[in-house]
Amino acid sequence: MRVTLLGPQRRPTIDTVAASLPPREPIATITAGWQEREGDDAELAKLLGSRDVNLLLHQRWLDVAERDPQYAAGERTAGEIIDELQALYLLRLDHTLQAVYEVQRRSGSDRLRASVLAESLAAVQELDAAHLHRVSQVRLEFYARLRPHDRPVIAEHRAEVAQVLAGAAALVVAGGHVGVLTDVLHLFNVAAALRSPVIAWSAGAMALAERIVLFHDRSAHGPGHPEVYTSGLSLVRGMVPLPHARARLLLDDAPRMAVFARRFAPARCVLLENGTRLDIDDGNWPPATRVLTEDGHVTTLEAA
Amino acid sequence: MTTVGGQTVVRRKLAINRLRERRPVEPAVIDRFLARHEVPIVEGARCTFLFRGAAGEVHLVHQIFGLPGRIPLRQVPGTDLWYLVLELPDRSRVEYQLEVSRDGRSERINDPLNPHLAHSPLGSSSVCFAHGYEVPEWTKPDPDSRPGSLTEFTVASRALRRDAKVTLYLPARFRRAARYPLLIVHDGSDYLRYAAASTVLDNLIHRLDVAEIVAAFVDPGDRLTEYANSAAHARYLTAELVPRLEAEFPLAGTPAARCLMGASFGAVASLATAYRYPDVYGSLLLQSGSFVFTDIGNDHRGGPAFEPVVRFVNRYRAGPRRVADRLFVSCGVYEPLIIRNRSMVPTFESAGMTVRYVEARDGHSWENWRDRLREGLSWIFPGPQKFFYE
Repeated sequence: MRVTLLGPQRRPTIDTVAASLPPREPIATITAGWQEREGDDAELAKLLGSRDVNLLLHQRWLDVAERDPQYAAGERTAGEIIDELQALYLLRLDHTLQAVYEVQRRSGSDRLRASVLAESLAAVQELDAAHLHRVSQVRLEFYARLRPHDRPVIAEHRAEVAQVLAGAAALVVAGGHVGVLTDVLHLFNVAAALRSPVIAWSAGAMALAERIVLFHDRSAHGPGHPEVYTSGLSLVRGMVPLPHARARLLLDDAPRMAVFARRFAPARCVLLENGTRLDIDDGNWPPATRVLTEDGHVTTLEAA
Repeated sequence: MTTVGGQTVVRRKLAINRLRERRPVEPAVIDRFLARHEVPIVEGARCTFLFRGAAGEVHLVHQIFGLPGRIPLRQVPGTDLWYLVLELPDRSRVEYQLEVSRDGRSERINDPLNPHLAHSPLGSSSVCFAHGYEVPEWTKPDPDSRPGSLTEFTVASRALRRDAKVTLYLPARFRRAARYPLLIVHDGSDYLRYAAASTVLDNLIHRLDVAEIVAAFVDPGDRLTEYANSAAHARYLTAELVPRLEAEFPLAGTPAARCLMGASFGAVASLATAYRYPDVYGSLLLQSGSFVFTDIGNDHRGGPAFEPVVRFVNRYRAGPRRVADRLFVSCGVYEPLIIRNRSMVPTFESAGMTVRYVEARDGHSWENWRDRLREGLSWIFPGPQKFFYE
């Protein structure tokens, strides 16, 4: 499947991508990351030549919550468990990553330090993997118990979504709240219904990856640890998408970025800045893709 | 001219010194000088305080820990202009008054040449913003931020044996279906009036720095009694106020979603309440806590009001106990409590609590406490910013 990842759309480039799609066919859009502003998509519609069909996944999710209270209650409980798991993971992550940074800063034999650093990073990777597994387990148990595919309200929405996607020239996924977006993408089984190319940016791009990594080095209380949040749609493999990388990450802090890159290896940390366009065909990325290197610098894929 | 690191640096003379070099310094020259400059005159690290008027002596009075409490101003010969040059580190914020003595009498006044005032329950004082200090823009009303609501109600408290007023902040877009964390703020009316707490919450929530929260602003009766390790106060909050709020409002109702906050004696009240109910509150936000203690003897120099505080803090230091999961502790480096607060950090940590400790070049003041709210609240109840990628 062809996937196009774009940089943030404050200065839109989606119109040029849309222009290359077969004319007259509708373009499905997902703006659920905007939550209650989901329907404020007039500007996007204009950029897509007014042939957009918004799947309104957030609105559908609200409808499910209202018409299927049992499902909504189960979802809330699962959400609370996941929130608690995330808090506990962050607690452990803080200590584990601090150890990595301390080993990295430590003076002494480079050879010894390098091997200990590798072990420390492996501990972080193990923690990330264990956390992702736990979160997946909670979701699987939730799905096994609530069986969304057997629930009439959800089935009705899934069918409608699949119908629109079947006739669409492309699916466009905008940014916003990556957690909300990913939840509704899973709930309405979007990945299974896809038949056409996908174009995404910001949170939309993150949701297409195998795992979603949250990051914000410029938060009000100082740099936060990049954290694994949940599984994405896995339409793009081997990539940790980093939208707004320059604005959100301390890219000039090479040791910190080195830990970031090595922690998620072999996946590549890919910068999605203003003006970025990555056309990915059969898993092949353009050579100009900008990535974080394992020494914490930014370079192109071909130079890496 | 001077040499720094092998490079020649031209240092401009201070404005006051350029004025003093003029002979004679006519009143009209001083008029023009004052019209041209904001007072205090901030030139790099050096701040020139000025007073103009008939006086026998003029002193700068302040609470900067480490400097003499009264510092004399000097008179420019042959004029009624008085001046004092102080070096203040970058980003300092200093509250002060002038003590003007004439005819054997002294009075303390706010600086008539400086329009910047800080307000507190004890009155107002002048403020000097040193080089690099800026009032954070998130403390000012922002038309883009949707305001939360403030409503007052009264709790007929059996523990306190009085009616206790509570001002409740509900965030904009408050929904019954959601579940909110609860912040309980001591000296609530003062936080609202002097630290712009409602505006700060509106802005920080709007900017996604802080989660949508419900905040209960509570006020003391007899502050020095209720906030000085009072069992009745702790019982009021924990057995009366929290259960009532959790019954009436959609609150998460877990320790992680409850925080006690306070400044000065309010910080003592927060710590003492969590000490008595260690499984109830997940976080404490303690600003310039009056954590006065003695290591030996009883000479704490705090006066009788501090007796119960000293007994409590001494007991706590002798046997530190985990009272919450996370503590945000802040203090101004220009306040006498700075050493007490620094000393408490390892004590808190030794009890197994996660402590975020922050210092500011500021004093024991509401604006110091206001300016630290973003860092403190966003650490305790982080907003969803990490989830947003537009």
